Amino acid sequence: MQPFRYIRAHNAEHAATLLQQQDGRARILAGGTDLIVALREHRIEADLVIDVKGIPEVEELSFSPGEGLRIGAAAPCHRIYRHADVLHHYPGIIDAASLIGGIQIQGRASLGGNLCNASPAADSIPALIVHSAICEIALPQSRRRVPVEEFCVAPGKTVLGRGEFLASLHLPPPPPGFGAAYLRFIPRNEMDIAVVGVGASVQLDAERRHIRSARIALAAVAPTPLFVQEAGDALIGAEANEEAFARAAEIARAAARPISDMRGTAEFRRHLVGVLTQRALAKAVERANK
Amino acid sequence: MKSKVIVATTINGEELEFLCEPRQSLLEVLRDVLGLTGAKEGCNNGNCGACNVLLDGVLVNSCLVLGVEAEGRTVETVEGMASGGQLHPLQQKFLEHAALQCGICTPGFLLAAKSLLDHNPDPTEAEVRHWLAGNLCRCTGYDKIVRAVLDAADTV
Repeated sequence: MQPFRYIRAHNAEHAATLLQQQDGRARILAGGTDLIVALREHRIEADLVIDVKGIPEVEELSFSPGEGLRIGAAAPCHRIYRHADVLHHYPGIIDAASLIGGIQIQGRASLGGNLCNASPAADSIPALIVHSAICEIALPQSRRRVPVEEFCVAPGKTVLGRGEFLASLHLPPPPPGFGAAYLRFIPRNEMDIAVVGVGASVQLDAERRHIRSARIALAAVAPTPLFVQEAGDALIGAEANEEAFARAAEIARAAARPISDMRGTAEFRRHLVGVLTQRALAKAVERANK
Repeated sequence: MKSKVIVATTINGEELEFLCEPRQSLLEVLRDVLGLTGAKEGCNNGNCGACNVLLDGVLVNSCLVLGVEAEGRTVETVEGMASGGQLHPLQQKFLEHAALQCGICTPGFLLAAKSLLDHNPDPTEAEVRHWLAGNLCRCTGYDKIVRAVLDAADTV
């Protein structure tokens, strides 16, 4: 591997200041499952690697009914899917965190890292989008917040500028009648990259019959994970049934802009968007009813 | 740039210090600096599991961990599994079931299986197969490995 210096940052300001001083030649290390491979393969050059795992807010994983869920950007998947509050309140996040890589990847890989890697096929991003997650970005002297659906701008590219890094993700507390799910299609049982991934969330009314609001997000069918707002909006006021799900699925299909590659043809991917959107909505409604 | 760093860590219960460059993976440190050659380099990119170790009890690919990250942590490798001249029950069952041929993947499978039984002492076959999906074996066809792990679970 190329030589670099390694520093453990004490706090977010320290990490952001180091990043800024290095003028693009520094990289943030969380779980390392993408970064170390990229450094080894010379896809990324770095003079300095900044380990942020010692920073409490970047490692944090906490829930409160008033504040919702805070996921430190470096909190590894295995902590997320074993956390009692996440299991109880955010099963749609568990869907994603428990299928990224194998067990040994989940021991290190974080949702923050999955997001910063900005793969169009990233499993966690549609799940985060349908939970209306907000990214908290640290700068040397300040903070800014960005909705997760605006975070990725191109394959491998994010809104992060010089001296900025992702510190944490904030998910609002689930309102009454809320349910969410993430589903993906792969040609095997596990350990694969999504051919298509679909996240869906709904909030049902007090009678649990009609949909008050819904969000749908897609993976692997565009240069970035795709938030299809119009598909969710089409469900507002609708009865939560298969007919409504099919209508939203049709809008999601039309919004997908897939390519053909070794994982599947554009036509197949568009078909999958329809099927998975209906299924993810059905699962989200089922969870909302629990 | 190439200056080495002193890292204090605990490996298989023994507190020790080693010197490494920040760019060296934990796998390189184990094998090339400390002479612990149980963990194997298969793919060197996190796909095969041959380099699996436990870092603070968590199963990881040591090729995707920097050696400097071991500072203040505990590392368990296959060399630490047997104790007092006695094989770990998983090692014993791997032998009895002939759950290995060339042996390159075996240390990784043993650590992954140990981590499974630490979390779930009585797994189903499906749970074993799911847990071991991040470990590749090109010899056995996996069946004997799965049977060895299930048998070890009954023993432990």
